[in-house]
Amino acid sequence: MFDRRTVFSGRLLPVLLLLPQLLLTLLFFYWPAAEAVKDSLYAQDAFGQGSVFVGFDNFADLFADPLYLQSAIRTVIFCLAVSVIAMSIALLLAVFADRAIRGRLVYRTLLIWPYAVAPAMSAVLFLFVLNPRVGLFGRWLNRHGVDWDYTLNGVQAMGMVIAASAWKQVSYNFIFFLAGLQSIPRAVIEAARMDGARGWRRFRTITFPLLAPTTFFLLVVNVVYAAFDTFGLIYALTHGGPGKDTETLVIKVYRDGVINQDIGSSSAQSVVLMLGVIVITALQFRFIGKRTAA
Amino acid sequence: MRTRPDYLAHAVLLLGVVLFALPVWLVFAGSTQESGAIMRGELSLLPDLRNLGVYARVLTEGSMGTQPVWHMLMISLGMALGVALGKIIISVLSAYAVVFFRFPLRRTAFWLIFITLMLPVEVRIIPTYSVMADFHLINTFTGLWVPLIASATATLLFRQVFTAIPDELVEAARMDGAGPLRFLRDIVLPVSAANIAALFVILFVLGWNQYLWPLLVATNPNLDTIVIGIVKMIGVETNTDWAAVMATTVLALLPPVVVVLLMQRWFVAGLTEGEK
Repeated sequence: MFDRRTVFSGRLLPVLLLLPQLLLTLLFFYWPAAEAVKDSLYAQDAFGQGSVFVGFDNFADLFADPLYLQSAIRTVIFCLAVSVIAMSIALLLAVFADRAIRGRLVYRTLLIWPYAVAPAMSAVLFLFVLNPRVGLFGRWLNRHGVDWDYTLNGVQAMGMVIAASAWKQVSYNFIFFLAGLQSIPRAVIEAARMDGARGWRRFRTITFPLLAPTTFFLLVVNVVYAAFDTFGLIYALTHGGPGKDTETLVIKVYRDGVINQDIGSSSAQSVVLMLGVIVITALQFRFIGKRTAA
Repeated sequence: MRTRPDYLAHAVLLLGVVLFALPVWLVFAGSTQESGAIMRGELSLLPDLRNLGVYARVLTEGSMGTQPVWHMLMISLGMALGVALGKIIISVLSAYAVVFFRFPLRRTAFWLIFITLMLPVEVRIIPTYSVMADFHLINTFTGLWVPLIASATATLLFRQVFTAIPDELVEAARMDGAGPLRFLRDIVLPVSAANIAALFVILFVLGWNQYLWPLLVATNPNLDTIVIGIVKMIGVETNTDWAAVMATTVLALLPPVVVVLLMQRWFVAGLTEGEK
C-alpha cells in the first residue's frame, strides 16, 4: 500500500524530518489522551487535596446518570437532524447546479462561500435574523402572534441550533455532491434516458444509487461535524440552554470539566467520546477506505 | 436541444443563493444603522452608506470593552497562517520521510501519526489544558497555534501525492547527483503545488474558525481572536451597540471568504480529490 520502488538512502535524515510531527503528536495528542484515560480512573476527594483510584466507578456513575443519557440521546438526535437537513438541501442544489444552465459557475461560487463561515459565526448570523428582540424575522414572528423565543423555549432552541449548524454545512456537502454528480459517466445517464427514465425516476433509480459512496462519506463527516465542531455555535447561541435543552455531549464535557472542575467525570466523558470517534473512523475506513482533509 | 431556459433549476438555485446571502446582507445593512433603530425593530434592508464610519470606529476602538477589531483580526490572521503553514510544513516533511526513505519503525511512525485522526481536541479538552499549563503555554500566542499543527490528514494527503510521483523522476534526480533535500525542493514541492494550495485554503479556514481552543488556552483579552471577540460582544446583556457588533461580524467573515473565493478552483479540486 505504501511502498515505492526507488528511495533515498540514509537513516538520520528521515528521522529528523519526522521529528517535529512526532513530537507534537506525542505532546499534544497521546499524552493528553493517556492523561484522560488515567484521570477517568481516579476521583478527587471532597476537598480537592488528592485523588484516589476508583477503577471504573466514574464510568458506572456516568451511565447511571440520567442527565448524561439524556445528553447522549439529544446529541444523537441533533447529529441526525443536522446531517439529514444539510445533506438533503445540498443534494437538491447540487442536482440543479449540475444541469447545463446559464450562469451555473456563478451559482456555484455563490453556494460555495459559506464553507468559510465559522460555526460560531453562523450562530451570530442566526441571532441577527431570529433573535426575538434583535432579529428581524424573530421580531416579525412575535408581532404576528407566534410565541417565538428560543432563549426560553427548549424545543425552539434545539430547532435554532440545528438550523444554524445545518446552514453552515450545506456548502461542504454541496461541493462533494456536485463532484460526485460530475463523476457519473454521461453514458450511464444517456442510457437511462434512452430507456425512458426521466426526472425523479432517473434520479431515484440511477443517480442516487451511484452517489451512494459520496452520501455515506458525507454522512460520516456530517455526524462528526455535528457532534464536535458545533461547540462554538451552540455555546454562542444558547450556552447549552435553556436549562440543558441544547446541551450536547461536548458542551457537557466543557461544562463539567472546565466550569465545574469535575476532572474524574469529565475525563470519563472524554474517554467515551474518544471511543465514539474511534468507532466512527473505523466504520468509515471499513466502508470507504479513505478520508480527505477536513 | 432544449431552447427554453430551465426555470426550475434557476428558481431552486436562486433560492439557495438567497438563503445564504440574506443573513449576511441583513447584517451588513444593520451595521450602517443606528443601534436604537435596530433595537426598536426598525431595521431597514437598505444600508445607509453615510454611516460606513462605523467600520473605522470598530477597527480602531473595538466595542463594549473588547480589543480594537484590527487587533483581533491580526490575532486571527496570525493563528490561521500559523496553523495552515505549520501543518503544511511538518506534514510535507514527515510524508516525505515516510515515502522516500526506508528506516526502522517507519510504519510505526506512520501509524502513530495516522491514529491521531481519532483524537480531535474536543475529546481531550481537560488533559490538554494541563499539558499546556505544564509547558507554560497558557495565554501565549505560541499556545494558540503550535499545538494545533500536528496533522494526520495533511500527512495522509501528502503521502498519497508523493507516492504517485514516478520512479523515473527519482532515478533521474539521483543520476544528476541531487540529494534528497534538493529533490524535495526542486521536484517534489513544485509538482505538489496545486495540492499545497488546496490544503492551504482548507487549513486557513480551519485556523481562522477555531473557537474552543482559544477559549480554553487564552483567557487574556489581548489574545482574543475575532470569533472569540464577537461571541463576547453578543453575550453582553444590556446596552449592546448592535451596529458595531454587526460591522465586526462583517469584518470577521471577510478574510476567510475572500481566501476561499480567490482560490476556489484549487480548493474545490483539492477537497474532493480523495473522493474520486
